[in-house]
Amino acid sequence: MASNIHLGLDLQGGSHLVMRVQTEQYLKRVTEEAYISAQNAAKDAGHDIKDGKFETGNNNYRVILDPADASKITQIKEAIDQKVELADTTVWAYSSSGSQMVWTMTGTAQRVLADEATNQAMTIIDRRINALGVVEPTLQSHGAQSAHQILLQMPGVSDPERVKEILKVQSRLELVHVIGPPSPAPPTTYPTREAAIESLGGSIPPNRKVLPYKENKDKSDDPTKDPNAQGVTQYVVVEAPAVIIGDQLSRASAGQSQGGGVKDWEINFTLKRAGAEKFGAWTTANVNNYMGVVLNDEVSSIAFIKSPIYESGQITGDFTQTRAEDLALTLRSGALPAPIEYLEERTVGPSLGADSIRAGVRASLYGLAFVVLFMLIYYRGSGVNAVVALLLNMILMLAGLIVFGATLTLPGIAGIILTIGMAVDSNVLIFERIREEIRSGKTIPSAVEQGFQRAFITIIDTHVTTIVSSLFLFVFGTGPIRGFAVTLVIGLLVNLFSAVYVSKTIFIWLLSRKERVESLSI
Amino acid sequence: MFQILKAINVDWLGGRRLFILISVALMLAGLGSAIFRQVSGGQAFNLGVDFKGGTVVTARFRQMPPDETIRAALAAKGIHDAVVQPVTDRTDTVLIKVPLEEGKDGRTQVRDALNTFGAEAAPDREIEADQNAAYKIVGTDAVGAIAGEQLRNKAIAVTLAALVGILMYIAFRFEWTYGAAAVIAVFHDVLVTLGFFSIFQIEISLNVIAALLTLVGFSVNDTIVVFDRVRENRKLHRRDSLYKITNDAINETMSRTVITNGLVFLSVLALVLFGGDVLRGFSLALFIGVIFGTYSSIAIASPIMVWWEQRIEAANKQAALSFSQPVRGGVRTPAKAAGREAIAPSTGKRSTGAGRA
Repeated sequence: MASNIHLGLDLQGGSHLVMRVQTEQYLKRVTEEAYISAQNAAKDAGHDIKDGKFETGNNNYRVILDPADASKITQIKEAIDQKVELADTTVWAYSSSGSQMVWTMTGTAQRVLADEATNQAMTIIDRRINALGVVEPTLQSHGAQSAHQILLQMPGVSDPERVKEILKVQSRLELVHVIGPPSPAPPTTYPTREAAIESLGGSIPPNRKVLPYKENKDKSDDPTKDPNAQGVTQYVVVEAPAVIIGDQLSRASAGQSQGGGVKDWEINFTLKRAGAEKFGAWTTANVNNYMGVVLNDEVSSIAFIKSPIYESGQITGDFTQTRAEDLALTLRSGALPAPIEYLEERTVGPSLGADSIRAGVRASLYGLAFVVLFMLIYYRGSGVNAVVALLLNMILMLAGLIVFGATLTLPGIAGIILTIGMAVDSNVLIFERIREEIRSGKTIPSAVEQGFQRAFITIIDTHVTTIVSSLFLFVFGTGPIRGFAVTLVIGLLVNLFSAVYVSKTIFIWLLSRKERVESLSI
Repeated sequence: MFQILKAINVDWLGGRRLFILISVALMLAGLGSAIFRQVSGGQAFNLGVDFKGGTVVTARFRQMPPDETIRAALAAKGIHDAVVQPVTDRTDTVLIKVPLEEGKDGRTQVRDALNTFGAEAAPDREIEADQNAAYKIVGTDAVGAIAGEQLRNKAIAVTLAALVGILMYIAFRFEWTYGAAAVIAVFHDVLVTLGFFSIFQIEISLNVIAALLTLVGFSVNDTIVVFDRVRENRKLHRRDSLYKITNDAINETMSRTVITNGLVFLSVLALVLFGGDVLRGFSLALFIGVIFGTYSSIAIASPIMVWWEQRIEAANKQAALSFSQPVRGGVRTPAKAAGREAIAPSTGKRSTGAGRA
């Protein structure tokens, strides 16, 4: 039986993770990229931009350019429209006031882009889970669409730490030009962010970015050292936009580098054709310059270009084997369009689930046993009838759970217990009514007929109200509570059949066996 | 046949003042507890991590250390507001509740602290199977601030939506006054139950909300059984007052009320005693709910319905006097008894000569 009924995570053990895609980060990045492209497009066309900025946050995403010569706005707009996605009027609403050019992301576009980012994140999470070999995972959007939440359920995984880490890695890979004099001079790094900005003349121009760079000087595997404390964070200036971004990757795998130490693992990657051509052209033009591999806005390694590189490269950065393999996995699965955060995490170990099943089943059986005993003693012959109906109800209810593929949860077991209660109530209503009718002097067959008829109205009303409230639970409830609603609704529907129809048929059959009915055991 | 209740004839509606006094007192006690606890720096309700955010870790030990030692180990790792709570089902298992802390993973924090007792069992092995292990985390519930707020809003929304749904169904099947009376009674049940949860500081989790909704269903169930009988008897005994009809309906369905609710009560008791710790809050909420659900059908829903209907009858009568046309048409059976003075039994029908026969 247990193998046929789909057990909830709280009973079979597993993890339940709710995460949110930080879509505002995605919109911010889209805005920033549009801003950088617009600046570059204007410059390429020979126009000077005096001032410019982009604004994000509070559902407001804007790109603002302030051209040096306000009379050239039309030409600048044309130049930008030719090259940059800002031309897409379904996404960006353009307006110019005085000397300023302003692009505002429309509300519709914000929604559409955010939804796209969520869907894309889901696809990528799905790939990563499959690559990890999680068995029978369920991945679905959670709550309102505008909440951008994803629910991941993994039966059997009671310690989701590694999965969580892997899913969380954004894996945005970029290959960038690190600004500074070429080799043999060492790569140009700055001790602080401020120093890096200072070198650019006090502010970051749109075609530059300052990124942290953590160089690991200590390559020993001294376990007494805190792994996070190693290395010193420095800053480098890189060119924007990147030469190559992660969607140009065709392969990524972990491999051991020459050092052979525990931390001498690296990630080898291969580029797709289009990316390889672009990369080849760029490296040819930049021999001896420094190139940086940027992972999630952090420079993980810097190397100078010895000779043109076309398709393959390495990411080094003192990775352990696990870390290198996990990173390669996330690179293969693609980059998350935006970071994710975990909102809810529930895990149940198999032993805890087994405890719950035991407790739930025990409570149900005690409840059932008591009810059966009472019905037999109190209603005697008719009590048998009620017990048959009750057991039939239980069997059909479990069958219903299997047929509908519904999930049995711990609150679901409570739902079964309550169904027992409702089923007994139906029988009690009918039997008490029949007794009343007998007392009022009706013949047995007519008392049975009347009893069923009258009680049926009440039973319908009580069942429908409970089903109504259960439906609300099902529609708005979450996880285990839904399981409760499902068992209760199935149980109640079955009960309308078993307690009313089946029970009545048995009565009619019993009565039909006698010529004249003088008494009824009730 | 033997019967638990012989034909009874109790004037239930006569006790309405006392009932309402009791209910108001209970609700005030709950409200008082909530306010007092909130004001005196405590918490009105003991909200679980589902609604407040935070992490609960269920850990199983080979050799269970005393609570104090666990608390000290947690404090040594900088977790000061942890609650260590042994479970009642098993002596080797403990619940550790850690409040929400920005940027920290509760499970990792607790694991750090528990490692002072020895190693954790391997992920794919139970504590019993791993001889070198001292403990094993067998379950966690971690809820962040956003999710907590969502779940809280959702719980309130679901409860209210369910009440509206019930109101509409009863209004459709009976009269809206019946529906309103039933919903007021249910609302009373929910408030009284929540009052108990505040007074005894029983933890409110998602499961407790499910229980509250179940009790909504059950309480309405009881009320409908009575109202259904009222509806039937109004057709059969057109001359009786609504007051008498309702009393009779309660009396006639009393044996069913006692049997059904007795059995449900015992089933729920089984759940409280044997259902395990995870379902404890759920079972307790139902336990209290079944008691008050039964009580409120008789003590709250029925008097309110009678009072309301009588007011409408009275208004109709007045309207009929002024316009010689009943406002609500002739659909309703005019209860002759009703006077302006609300629920008063009046017109001597209460002499109950017939009723007591």
